[in-house]
Amino acid sequence: MNISGVIFFLAILVGTLAITYSAVKRTTNTNEYYVAGNRLTGTQNGLAIAGDYMSAASFLGISGTIALYGFDGFLYSVGFLVSYLVLLLIVAEPLHNLGKFTLADTIAVRFDHRWLRGTVAFNTIVISIFYMIAQLVGAGAVIHLLLNLDVSFSIFIAGLLMVIYVVFGGMIATSWVQIIKTILLLSTTVIISMIVLSRFHWNVFEMFTHVTTATPLGEQFLIPGNELTSPIETFSFHLALVLGAAGLPHIITRLFTVKDAISIRRSVITATGVVGIFYFMTIFLGFGAAAFVRSEKMEGGNLAVPLLANALGGEFLMAFVSAVAFTTILAVVTGLALSASSAFAHDFYSTLIRKGQASDEEQMVVAKGSAAAVGLVSIFLALTVQKWNVAFLVSLAFAVAASANLPLILLTLFWRQFNPIGAISGIMTGLLSSIILVMLSPNVMDPVSGLIRMEAIFPLKNPGVVTIPLGFLGAYLGTILSRRWQQKDKYDELLFRAHTGAVLEEKNG
Amino acid sequence: MSQSEEKKMDTRYTDVVQSSEFKKLLKSKKAFIIPVTIFFFLFYFSLPLMTSYTTVLNQPAFGPVTWAWVFAFAQFIMTWTLCFLYSKRANKFDEKARKILSSLHEERP
Repeated sequence: MNISGVIFFLAILVGTLAITYSAVKRTTNTNEYYVAGNRLTGTQNGLAIAGDYMSAASFLGISGTIALYGFDGFLYSVGFLVSYLVLLLIVAEPLHNLGKFTLADTIAVRFDHRWLRGTVAFNTIVISIFYMIAQLVGAGAVIHLLLNLDVSFSIFIAGLLMVIYVVFGGMIATSWVQIIKTILLLSTTVIISMIVLSRFHWNVFEMFTHVTTATPLGEQFLIPGNELTSPIETFSFHLALVLGAAGLPHIITRLFTVKDAISIRRSVITATGVVGIFYFMTIFLGFGAAAFVRSEKMEGGNLAVPLLANALGGEFLMAFVSAVAFTTILAVVTGLALSASSAFAHDFYSTLIRKGQASDEEQMVVAKGSAAAVGLVSIFLALTVQKWNVAFLVSLAFAVAASANLPLILLTLFWRQFNPIGAISGIMTGLLSSIILVMLSPNVMDPVSGLIRMEAIFPLKNPGVVTIPLGFLGAYLGTILSRRWQQKDKYDELLFRAHTGAVLEEKNG
Repeated sequence: MSQSEEKKMDTRYTDVVQSSEFKKLLKSKKAFIIPVTIFFFLFYFSLPLMTSYTTVLNQPAFGPVTWAWVFAFAQFIMTWTLCFLYSKRANKFDEKARKILSSLHEERP
């Protein structure tokens, strides 16, 4: 166990718990708990959205992939950034204008349908838990590296912290953990990039020339196709990435934390700026690791950045980088736990079971209880699957978000003929087809290393290219086939509210 | 809310949505968002498609930097530029929406 690692870990612990403590007093009602009282400014929320989005998979995983495979790794960075355009142009402002706490709220403006709300909430919880498991297992690996603690114990600590932040601090604590994480992650990335660049005499061309001789790939390092050997797989992955980001529950929850559409626009633009700078600098992290770390030590790429920090600044810098990676994971899982618990407490309990009759105190108790429950379930699942390679759960989360949530959002906003049955059928088609195809894919089925030891039935690791069209098709067919039934539809109200941000007062009616 | 009141609400929203001002707002939004979305999709996906199916981007552009990298950097410029253009344009949408809302208030003081 190294001293600087312990110090940084304790600093994070104390800092984040202090934030949570100060948030406790302000988290007095559901509006504070779910959306921080809509008080965040555009810039604050933008930093928090970036904090929700830049996961350890980006910081450690993408940089490591660049270090090992060169250009193909950087292609991930580009995709993660471009996906923000879908959020900015199509999703963010209308959803902000329509929603109160959850995605299901926004859909309910148009379709007041019990089963549909339940389905949307269920889908939110499923995506959040998939994503959370992958992140918690990653957190275990990082704490293990930082403090040399047992992996299971590390997963438990990360999960426990997540539960504490959410249960006691709600959205206020979650937001500030994310804001601080963004600032830490961005400045760390800038510092390491500067050190890397200084080693090449501040000459980018020298860096590009150097990496062609530094890795086992040689000249091939700068050429596409080292990792992404299947074009259709590449396309499928990027399709789910670009369309899925705007459907991720923890990103959508963040849309409700500011007071108006202008602030949400500013949020997404701030986030796009920050995220862009970050993903751009993954080149320096990746190339730096390629130049200064031996590739066989990187353990599939995930240790590339910590080892690079070690090579540049010794154990101290490595401990710092690991601590930042840990904070990164904490911020992401906290956002996920909050969105899953709000789907459960607000959609299932308050709206469906209690039909809006529950008092605010009662709702708070259920919200906190379900946050604890969701957290504990995820910890348990993460502990169960920690030995597996669960990285595919992240791409599964994106695939479900793109195949189930995005068709729902787009068709609700833009298709006049859409109806609740079509919405339910679209969500279920997107969700089930994504899960089933991943179960049949080489992620799970592999004759040598798979959970199921046999030849994969579905060839692609990323099902998006099939499941996204299926999600839209399910929504279309469900709508067409149920057209005869009378279904309540307030499309005009949705259009008005989505595009003006106003609600007509009832007493004037 | 009684059923008849609910109906009234519905027609009020329908009245606004059918108004020419509101239709103009939606039309101007679509006229910006749809072409821009198609553009960035084509611009973005042409990168993985070109690197997967062709080798044209493997030619050096500037020193050791090949065109694939240049195209990848261009995606960052593209994203930021579209953000900037959208925020400019969105101010105009806001203005149109404000006009619609204030005309509603004038009708029902």
